[in-house]
Amino acid sequence: MNCNVMNQDNASLKRREMLDGAKATVPLIIGAIPFGIIFGTLAGPSGLSALGALAMSVFVFAGSAQFIALGLLAAGAATPVIIATTFVVNLRHILYAANLVPKIAHLPHRWRVMMAFGLTDETFAAVSNRFLLQDNTEHAHWFYLGSWLAMYGNWVLCTGLGIALGELFPDMTDWGLDFAMSVTFIGMVVPYLKSKPMWGAVIVSGVIAMATIGMPHKLGLMVAALCGISTGLSLHLLLKRQSAPEITHE
Amino acid sequence: MSEALLILGMFLVTFSVRYVLFGVAGKVRFPLWLTTGLSFVPPAVLTAIIVPAVLLPRGELWLQSDNPWLLAGVFAALVSFWRRDLLTTIVAGMLCFMLLRFGFGL
Repeated sequence: MNCNVMNQDNASLKRREMLDGAKATVPLIIGAIPFGIIFGTLAGPSGLSALGALAMSVFVFAGSAQFIALGLLAAGAATPVIIATTFVVNLRHILYAANLVPKIAHLPHRWRVMMAFGLTDETFAAVSNRFLLQDNTEHAHWFYLGSWLAMYGNWVLCTGLGIALGELFPDMTDWGLDFAMSVTFIGMVVPYLKSKPMWGAVIVSGVIAMATIGMPHKLGLMVAALCGISTGLSLHLLLKRQSAPEITHE
Repeated sequence: MSEALLILGMFLVTFSVRYVLFGVAGKVRFPLWLTTGLSFVPPAVLTAIIVPAVLLPRGELWLQSDNPWLLAGVFAALVSFWRRDLLTTIVAGMLCFMLLRFGFGL
């Protein structure tokens, strides 16, 4: 492209990147619509006010952690436990950041703050192709902005819609819509199950979760997760050590 | 008040996790074992949530074949193994659950 045209069309180029980012996120947004609505619906019965539910979507903006917080609130867990659980559940975002950071390290600090706030599973999935597989990433941060604005707007909107629906149909909570969270998580866990360490992590985590069901403040969730993670990591290291000599023989 | 505290705390931990690497902009590298360990976080955490939610949907252990949470959960897992697609799993699992709950009145 000619330099003159590039200068002239800088603004429209940014706009196109934003639009492309939003478009790339649409399939993931469609998946997020029911969760936003169900989160809003379940908030009241779980003991979170309508304002609290909306504020959580506006400020925290982390779907699975918000769902889990509702479950913990309903079970009467203490605030520090919910915050600690949120931390453990969201630790996975560090992995996303580690993947993207070489491509965005040169950007101004305010851009990186903004991008960090919008680093959801969905936006990472949508932007990782743009950042990691394409060469010209000079304006790719506008693509990122488009993706997260679309995701964010949808999440807040669906939360509001869910709150309204929950107030219109108060008996919706008896329908068992909480199953939507379980089924979503099942769909998220299964694709991980491709190696023995992953199977080990998941089986141990599930068994310990049942064994620790009586622990106060739902602490069993964290105990189970930590046991599962250590099992997975130990198996991974063990299997690597076993297979290492074979590689040197070849 | 306690709600505001809860939301503030959740915001702080969530944003910190997302921000820490962007903030230092690649000046820190994780050891391999830590990155590997982190890769087990999502499945371990999610499983620790799913299993009790499906086996004790009403707060008590419910292992019989008339527990729609358990039946639809197993069905959703099978669909997920078969199609490996999140949206398909959710739709199929929810349809199965609704059918059991309202079709068969379980």
